[in-house]
Order: sequence, then structure tokens, then C-alpha cells
Amino acid sequence: MRSSGFEQASVEVFSFRLKILILITIVAFAGLLLRLWLLQVVQGPNYRIQSENNRIHLQDIPPFRGMIFDRHGQLLVDNRPSFDLFVVPEEINSRTSLTKSMVRLVSLDEDSLRDRLTGEASRYGFRPMPIKRNLSREELALVEANLFNLPGVMIQVKPQRYYMLGDFASHTIGYLGEISEAQLNSGRYPDCKPGDLIGKYGVEKIWQSKLQGVRGGEQVEVDAAGRKLGVLSRQPPIAGENLALTLDKKLQLVAERALSGKKGAIVAMNPMNGQILAMASAPSFNPNDFIEGIDKAEWLRLTTSKDCPLQNRAIQGQYPPGSTFKIVMALAGLEEGLIDPQEEVFCDGSFSLGDHVFRCWRKQGHGRVNFHRALVESCDVYFYKLGKRLGVDKIAQYAKMCGLGHGTGFELGSEKDGLVPTSQWKLKRFGVPWQPGETISTAIGQSFLLVTPLQMARLMGALFNGGILYEPKVVKWVGKEGKESYQFSPKQAGRIKAKEEHLALIRDALIGVVNEPRGTGSKSRIKDGTVAGKTGTAQVLALEKEKYFGKGNEMPPEFNDHAWFVALATAENPVLAIAVLVENGGHGGSAAAPIAGELIRAYFGATPEGQVVVQTSTSDSETD
Amino acid sequence: MLDRRLIQNFDWTLLLILVLIAVASVVNLYSATYPIKGAGGSQVFMKQIYWFLIGFAVLLMMTTFDYHQLERLAYPIYFFSVAMLLIVLFLGDMRSGSQRWLSFAGISFQPSELMKISIVVALAKFFNDHAQVNEYRLRDLWQPFLLMSVPAVLIVKEPDLGTALLLVIVSFSIILFAKMKWRSLFILIFVTVSSVPFLWMSLKTYQQRRILTFLNPDLDPLGAGYHINQSKIAIGSGLLWGKGFLKGTQTRLHFLPEQHTDFVFSVLAEEWGFVGALILLLLFLSLIVWGISIARSSKDRFGALIAVGVVAIVFWQTVINVSMTTGLLPVVGIPLAMVSYGGSAILSTMIGMGLLMNISMRRFMFQ
Repeated sequence: MRSSGFEQASVEVFSFRLKILILITIVAFAGLLLRLWLLQVVQGPNYRIQSENNRIHLQDIPPFRGMIFDRHGQLLVDNRPSFDLFVVPEEINSRTSLTKSMVRLVSLDEDSLRDRLTGEASRYGFRPMPIKRNLSREELALVEANLFNLPGVMIQVKPQRYYMLGDFASHTIGYLGEISEAQLNSGRYPDCKPGDLIGKYGVEKIWQSKLQGVRGGEQVEVDAAGRKLGVLSRQPPIAGENLALTLDKKLQLVAERALSGKKGAIVAMNPMNGQILAMASAPSFNPNDFIEGIDKAEWLRLTTSKDCPLQNRAIQGQYPPGSTFKIVMALAGLEEGLIDPQEEVFCDGSFSLGDHVFRCWRKQGHGRVNFHRALVESCDVYFYKLGKRLGVDKIAQYAKMCGLGHGTGFELGSEKDGLVPTSQWKLKRFGVPWQPGETISTAIGQSFLLVTPLQMARLMGALFNGGILYEPKVVKWVGKEGKESYQFSPKQAGRIKAKEEHLALIRDALIGVVNEPRGTGSKSRIKDGTVAGKTGTAQVLALEKEKYFGKGNEMPPEFNDHAWFVALATAENPVLAIAVLVENGGHGGSAAAPIAGELIRAYFGATPEGQVVVQTSTSDSETD
Repeated sequence: MLDRRLIQNFDWTLLLILVLIAVASVVNLYSATYPIKGAGGSQVFMKQIYWFLIGFAVLLMMTTFDYHQLERLAYPIYFFSVAMLLIVLFLGDMRSGSQRWLSFAGISFQPSELMKISIVVALAKFFNDHAQVNEYRLRDLWQPFLLMSVPAVLIVKEPDLGTALLLVIVSFSIILFAKMKWRSLFILIFVTVSSVPFLWMSLKTYQQRRILTFLNPDLDPLGAGYHINQSKIAIGSGLLWGKGFLKGTQTRLHFLPEQHTDFVFSVLAEEWGFVGALILLLLFLSLIVWGISIARSSKDRFGALIAVGVVAIVFWQTVINVSMTTGLLPVVGIPLAMVSYGGSAILSTMIGMGLLMNISMRRFMFQ
């Protein structure tokens, strides 16, 4: 320490300033005391009366959550009044007698009610505690009639989310659930309070901040018995913004009906802009079930069931593409100059590589087939040979260009990438080099290949729109009273870079699949336009089934093949790209193509089925 | 170690004032967290007792070394505290939307509380090293302003506006006390005031709205406005003698927000009336005046500056907190020293009081 005369002098200077500090302190405290005197002694009696007689409650006024419409403005999700039962703990006379009478009047679990009445929430004496939401008419009448001798019990009317069509488009719309402790603390929901319902899935989740609206409230003056004396100040709630989906209600219903009782997914989108017109995933769930708090058993059923009803198979289901992958193969072959469209390849029903024999689905073979016939009749041998010449890495390059193996940029997120194998990938993943035989099965959409129905629908559309891969979107607009805060605009996510003449060759062949004799997709044909499509049958068990289950024995259904059909309508005016996947449905031509046909017919103005389809009843319609 | 003269010089007055405030704090917290009939009890006041026991032990520890040793440690301690503030921004616990706590071995504490002491010691060190006969001009003061701004910004980020504000006010108190040129002060004020419109325009609408409700709580009748209203009713209805221990209706029925932290004074004023509030304020007044007299009796600049800084923390917390609960100031979230519940806050106050005690005990020592 530097002790010096100077230092000493400066401490002397401090001495004067410290005196001033004492003065400032005394003045400040005198000011505080004056204020307290004013509040407690001069105006005190007034405040005393307020504290004794007038109890001011804060009452929330929940906002209306925004409504959800389909693309044509048809109402899908609304709010309806719900009569909720509340208890104000401080106004109860006896907890035991209240518990008894409540159990008598409404269906409630006695123990859990008693726990609530003595639990943490009951410490906030005047804050109404929810006891039961959504009373039935009978319960409401009983409670109302007995309200006079149930001090502390009250009924409040609140808007409750109502999904008008039950499980309609539930994977897209989503559901609500009570906000969790972690979510409250995360700071991402600044306007929420404990007990609030927020979007937990789908559009309800992604657009939560726009849909929720702003809570209102009022300072209510109540007397000692809790009766409302008046409103001191009120802030009205602001309803949330409305939202229109791109879904077409009619088409969505057709899709869901087609899948009822099955497992699978359907995607229908507008190939010219990426708007999803229908997206169905079965089995599904009813979002209304989540509103009143779903019970444990039901939640377990939904989350652990082998059928995964909460999974949106259209974006999260990953399946081998089967023969629908031949579209990619055809493109790769043409672009790489390995296919001369006129050249014919002989198919005798099998193809050998090393000591392994790969079979064509048509045991007797297709005979001589050129490019067009190979795609129309889905000749495996033709594509085995092409695959062998391309090699897996070239195949992968084109598959990725077609939008496979990575997310599509779907608006609601949580989609799966699928899988496009490369030789490098396999070495890294399994530590084993790629086997030539695996290329052969990749060529017909098997081996490690996995795609989602959404990816396939988008690919189908891109073949007919000049090669553009759009980001799939489900929200058309968000807004209120004519003012839109969000408006759909198409967004290009990628592009299939290919010669137009090559795309035209593929388009011709896909039209042939539906419209030519021996085409595998004839069941999606319509009268007034040209439909294009491709069937696919994805093997669940890649090996010969007889080995495992014995010849002629019934196979367990979960080992049946998945049925695929991708379609486009119409070739003249492409407005609808479709992917249909039926899990364990069997052959694409028989299990999936008719569903696509139904959708297309519904879209173009329902002509009854029988009038349109002229069946070409050959054994081939039963095939891949 | 301690020599006998030091023990003789032990400041019993300071200790007595602190013990009295601590007792008032525990008794009042018992009431503030007293459970409603039939509901589960609360152990908040017990925790506060433990914190005080630890706090007084820390206070005694703070007297065992000569405070002049802090001259060497001032900046290391400051940088350590800044590092803690940085860590809390990345690893802190999220509680109701803000990230203020660091958890370590099951104990969580707020680095911003430690910062309050560190900034006082760091500024004392600066003004001790840069003692000058003339008053300080702005160009002499860039270092203190930097020392103040870095932690203030970090604390705003948490966000904890109240503590950040306190840090700035306390730092300014020390800077002004060290004597700034009047002209410099006016320039500073002028620049700050004239930049307000530009700052305002650079804010987003919701930020502007937040500041407006902060300045005028009536704009938010369901939030701040309601809280201030209830606090005024609580304090006013206490009248001269109060409603009695455990008999405050506003408190019992949880009309008060944060009644064991920011609004703890309203509880005391409701139950003990004007007389109770007067006694508590007199205790704080004596603490502050006594602290200033310690600064006067200190024989060196460093000690005097630390004492002034510690006293400034208590002074501003008391004035701001009481003004806030009585509706004189907007609700800024600054708790009342020692009386509000909070372990980190008690420890930091007690460290400060320990320094005060240290300086007081060595006032007769000449080196």
C-alpha cells in the first residue's frame, strides 16, 4: 500500500463527501417513510376496507383458437363451448363433504379429487382449480341445481377445440395437449400458463403461435362469499388467426375411406406447385380424445401399439419402393446412354449373376422386350441387366437427383429421409464391401432402398412438370378478417436435370402402364383423360418364402408384400400426383392401383366406377 | 492470524444490526410462506435460517485476512465473476423463462449476486490505483465504464433486468463518489438522454410495449398493474399497528405476487403496520449510516471506496424495493437485502458485510 501525504489528503476529501452521503440517505429514507405514512395512516382506512370487503380476482378469458379450413373454405376444426367445473379452495366449508357431494353429482374419482383439493394448487386460495372439464348435460343440470349449497363450486364456460370430423386428416391437423413443465420453462411459450392446451403435433403444433390468439382477462371484484360484484378492468381476448389447409376435404375423405381397416398411406399432391391435396395415414387417431386429457391406457395404446397410429406413414413410413423404382432406373439408363429405346432384351424369366439366379416376377418370362414394353409390363430381367451395367453408385446418383434419400422439405417437418444405398455407405455402415448381387436387387427397388410415399408422389409429379421437385406444403393461408399473414407460394426444392426427350419416353411408358394391354396399372384408368402410373410390390421378406413357411402354407399377414402405386392425372393436364401404399396389401396392381383410380375419379367429378373401367381381364392384372 | 487488538476492535454494533434484520427476515418469511389451511406446509423460512447461519460464518471468515490483500486479487476476482456469468448463459438452469442459476453439486446459485461484490472491489481498486488530485474527466473513466458494462450486458442477457440495473446504479454511485468532473457528468447525461429516441426507434414493437408497461403499469391491468394495486392494498391496510402476525389477509390469500422475494416488504407492512415498517427502515438506515462512518474512519482510499460500494448496494436495494412495493417506482424485480428469500443474495450481502467488518476492525491499524 502506498501511504503518502497525498493519500491522506484524499481521505480527508472523502470525509466531506461521506457527510453528504449521510445527508442523502436520511433524505431518501424520510421520503420512504413519508410515503408509508401516506399509504398506511392517511389513506390506510380506505385500503383496509378494500382488503376486507373487496377481493379482487383475476379471471382469465381464454381466446378462441383459430379455425382450420380445407382448401375450399370448408370448416374442419372449430371451438365449441365446454362447461368446466371449478373449485375455489378458500371458499369451501368442508373438504370431505364437498368431495362426497361432488362424487355423487358428477362422475369423478373420489381419491384423485381429494388429492387435488389438498394438493399444491389448492394453496392459491382464490385461484379457481379445474376439477372436471366438459361436463355432460346431465352433470351440468345436477350441479347447477345444487349450486346453492355447494359453496366454492363454480362452472365456467370455455371454448374447447372441436375436430368436427373426428380422425379426419389427424396426422396433418395434429392435436392439443396440456403444456408441460419443461415447455413452460423453455421460454418458447411466453404467453402460456400452466394448464393451457397447446398444439403438440401437426399444423396445431407448427402454427401454435398464430392459432393461439391472445388471452384476455378481467379484474373482478368479488365479495367475501366469492360472488361477482363487478368488473374493475377488462382486457378482451384476441382470437387466434384462422388457417386453411391445402387439403381437399372430399379427396381426403376418399383417401381415408380407401384405407379404412388397412395399414398404409396415401399422398395426393398438385404436381405444379407442391400443394398437398390429400394425405392419409392408417391407422389414425381422433384428436378429440386428447382434449380432456387422454387416459394412460389409451395413451399407451396409441404410443406402443405395433400399428403406430400416431405415425404419419405418408412422411415417416419408409418402404422399399419395389418396381416403382424402375422409373429412376429408366431415367438413369437413358441419361447415361445405356439404353437404346428400340433395342430389345430377351427375358426368359430369370437372370444369373455368379451362382445366384434372380427371377422375373413373370415366371415364364416376357420374351423380347424393348424399353417401352419393359416399363409397361415391369419386366424385372430388363432392369437387372440395366442395373448391372449402371452399378450401384450411378443408380444412387440418379435416385438422389429424383428427391429420394433425403427429406422433401415438407412443411410440418419430422419426415424421414428414406435410404439410397451407395457402396461407400455400405462399407461405412456394415464394414463390408458392396456385393454385385445387391446392385441387381437395388435395380428393382429392393435391397437397402427405402422411400416415403411423399417422396414417390413428388417424383411422379416432377416427371410431368418439367422436372421440378417442389417442397410439399399443406398450409394455403393463415390470417383473419381478410388479412393474410401467410400465403402459400410454391418453392422449388430441386430439379431433375434430364433431357426432355428422355422424360417423354418415360412418360409414354407410364401412360402405357395404365392404358395398354398387359399394362400393370389398368385399374386406375378413367374415361375422360389419360392417367399415367407405375405399380410396385415391395417385398417384406426378400428371400424365397417357401423356405420359411413351407409350400402352400398360409403366411403370417405381416410378411405379405407391400403394394405400391404411383399415378398422375392427367397426362394432358397434370393436376394430381398420387402415391398409394398399402402395407402387406400384396400386389400393387390389384391392391393399390384401384385406390388411386378412386381418388382420380373423385377429383375429376365422380363418375361411378363401373361405367368407366373397362377391365382387361388377363392374368396380368394380378401382377406387379 | 488475528491479533488481540483486532478482536478488541470487533464491530459489535454492525453485528447487532445485522442479527436484528436477520431475525425480522425469518419471522416475516414464516408468515409470507405460511400455508393455507389444510394444505402442505412450506420450509422456506427454515432454508432462510440455514442461509443466515452460513452467511454469518462467511462474514466471520471475511474478517480473517487484511482487506488490503484484495488489492492484488481485485481483478482476478472480477474476471472470475465475469467468467461465471458467461458460463451461466450457456449452462445455466432455465427457470420460468430466464437463465440465472448455476447448479453445482446439488446447490444452485446466481453468479450475478457474486458480481455485485466483485464490481465494487474492482472499482475500488481502479480508483485507488488512479488516485488524482483533479476530478476525473470522461477520458480517465473508460476503464470503470468498461468494467461496469460487460457484466451488466451479460446479466441483461439472462435476462435479469433488476440486477443489471442495480449493478449500473451502484457502479455509478462509486464513480460519482470518486468525483467526476461536473462538466463530464453533464456531457454523459446529455449524450444518454439525446440517444434515447434513436435507441427507442431501434427497438421492436413488443420491446417498446414492455418498456411502456414498465413505466406505466396501468397499461397492463392484468399483470404489473394488478400486482402494484394488490401490494398497495396490503401495505395500506396495515394501518399504524398492523393486522398482526400471520393475520395479513392479502398475504394469506396470495394476492401478492412473489411475496417471499420481491414483495416481502408488503407482507411485513401489512402485518406489522407503519410501526413495523418504520422499525425495519430504521434498522437499514442505521446499517447504512454505520457503514458510511466505517468508510470515514478507514485510513485509506481503498477501504473507504469498498465500504461506500457495499453501503451503496444496501442503500439502493432498500430504496428501490420499498419504492416499488409502495407504487413509487415501476416493478423492477429488485429484492430487499437480507429480508427477501434467497440464498445467493444472502451470501453476497454477507460477504459485503464481512468486508465492512474487516475494514472497521482495522481502522486503528497503521502500517
